[in-house]
Amino acid sequence: MSTKNWPLWEIFVRSKNGLEHRHFGSLHATDADMALENARDVYTRRNEGVSIWVVESKHITASNPENSGELFEPAQDKVYRHPTFYDVPDEVKHM
Amino acid sequence: MSEDQIKNLEAQFEARIERDEKIEPKDWMPEKYRKTHIRQISQHAHSEIVGMLPEGNWITRAPSLRRKVALLAKVQDEAGHGLYLYSACETLGVSRDELYEQLHTGKAKYSSIFNYPALTWADMGAIGWLVDGAAIINQVPLCNTSFGPYARAMIRVCKEESFHQRQGFEIMLKLANGTPEQKEMAQDALNRWWWPSLMMLGPTDDKSVHTAQSMKWKLKRKTNDELRQQFIDQTVPQADVLGLTIPDPDLKWNKDRKSYDFGAIDWEEFLQVVKGHGPMNKERMKARVGAWERGKWVRDAAMAYAEKKQARKEKQAV
Repeated sequence: MSTKNWPLWEIFVRSKNGLEHRHFGSLHATDADMALENARDVYTRRNEGVSIWVVESKHITASNPENSGELFEPAQDKVYRHPTFYDVPDEVKHM
Repeated sequence: MSEDQIKNLEAQFEARIERDEKIEPKDWMPEKYRKTHIRQISQHAHSEIVGMLPEGNWITRAPSLRRKVALLAKVQDEAGHGLYLYSACETLGVSRDELYEQLHTGKAKYSSIFNYPALTWADMGAIGWLVDGAAIINQVPLCNTSFGPYARAMIRVCKEESFHQRQGFEIMLKLANGTPEQKEMAQDALNRWWWPSLMMLGPTDDKSVHTAQSMKWKLKRKTNDELRQQFIDQTVPQADVLGLTIPDPDLKWNKDRKSYDFGAIDWEEFLQVVKGHGPMNKERMKARVGAWERGKWVRDAAMAYAEKKQARKEKQAV
C-alpha cells in the first residue's frame, strides 16, 4: 500500500469578476480535483472567491532572491521609461 | 561562507527587519530565525488542531440548531487556521509529516489551555469568550510580524476569529440571564477558565526565555505581561455586563495605573500542564493520534485512487 505523502498545491483565488486570481496559500491533496474541493473549504468559507486555480507546487519555477540584483536592477537606471523624465511646460494640459 | 560573510549577512538581515521589510521563504535567513519560526508557527498550528477537541465534543450536544451550526463553523475555522499555519511553516523547509510527527510524539508543544476539560455547555461560552479573547490579543500584533507567510496567515486568522469570541460571549450572556441554575453554570465555567486563560498568555517577562530575540524579529510586539494586562483590562468590564464575578479576590481597579491589579497566578500549575501533567494532556494526544492512525487507510486509498486515475489518463493519451 502506498504511503506516499499527498503533494502540495498552490491556491489562487479570484475574489470577484474583474479582478485577477491572487495567491491565497497552499494545501495538500492527492490530485487537482481534490485540491479544488479542499481549496473551496479552506480558503473560501466566507464568499472570498468566485473562481479557484490550483497548481501543483512543483510546477512553479521561482526566481532566486540571490539573483534579484541582476534580474531587477537593470530597470533602476532607466528613468526614461517613466513619464516624469520628459520636460513639458506647465501650460500644456491633458498630458 | 566565511564567518565574516555570515556576520555581514546577519547584520543586513537584522537591518531589513528593523526597516519593517518582510522576509520571504526563499530569502537568506539566519538558521536560528528559521528554527525559531518553525517552532513558533508549528506550535501555533498544533494549538489550532488540538483546540478543536474540547469543542468538537460538544457539537452533537449543542442545545439548539443555532448553537450547533455556530459551533460547527467555529471548529471548522480552527481546522482551517491550523492548515493556513502548517502551510506557512512548510515554506521554511519542514514537511507536514515531520510537523505531525513532532506533535504526536510530544516533541512539539501546543497551547496549555487545551489540556483542561470542557465539562458543561457553559464551557463553550467561556472558551469562545476567554480563550479566543486571549488568542486574539496574542494574534493581532502578529499580523505585522517579519516573516511574510506567517503575517499573511495571521491576517486571515484574525479576520475570522472575532466571530468566535462573539459567539462565546453570546452563549455566556444567554446563560447569565437565564435560570439561577444556568447562571450558576456560567459562573462555574468562568471560575474554571479564568486562571488558565491568564496563564495561556505565557510566563511572566522575567521568566520568558525567548522574549528579547522574538521582539527583535517582531515575532512578538508586546511582552507576555503587557498582553495579560490588556486582556484583564478589557475582559473585566465584559464580566460586569454578564453580571458574573471574576474569581480573583485581589482584582481591583488601580486609579494611578489606569489598569486592574490582580492576584498571584499559580505558575506551578502552568508548569505542570506544560510538562504534560494537566488534566487532559493524555486524553488530547490519544484522541489526536487515534484520529491520525484511524485515518491512514483513507489517506492511502485517496492517494492510490489518484494514481490509478492518472495512470488511466496516461494510457488513454498513448
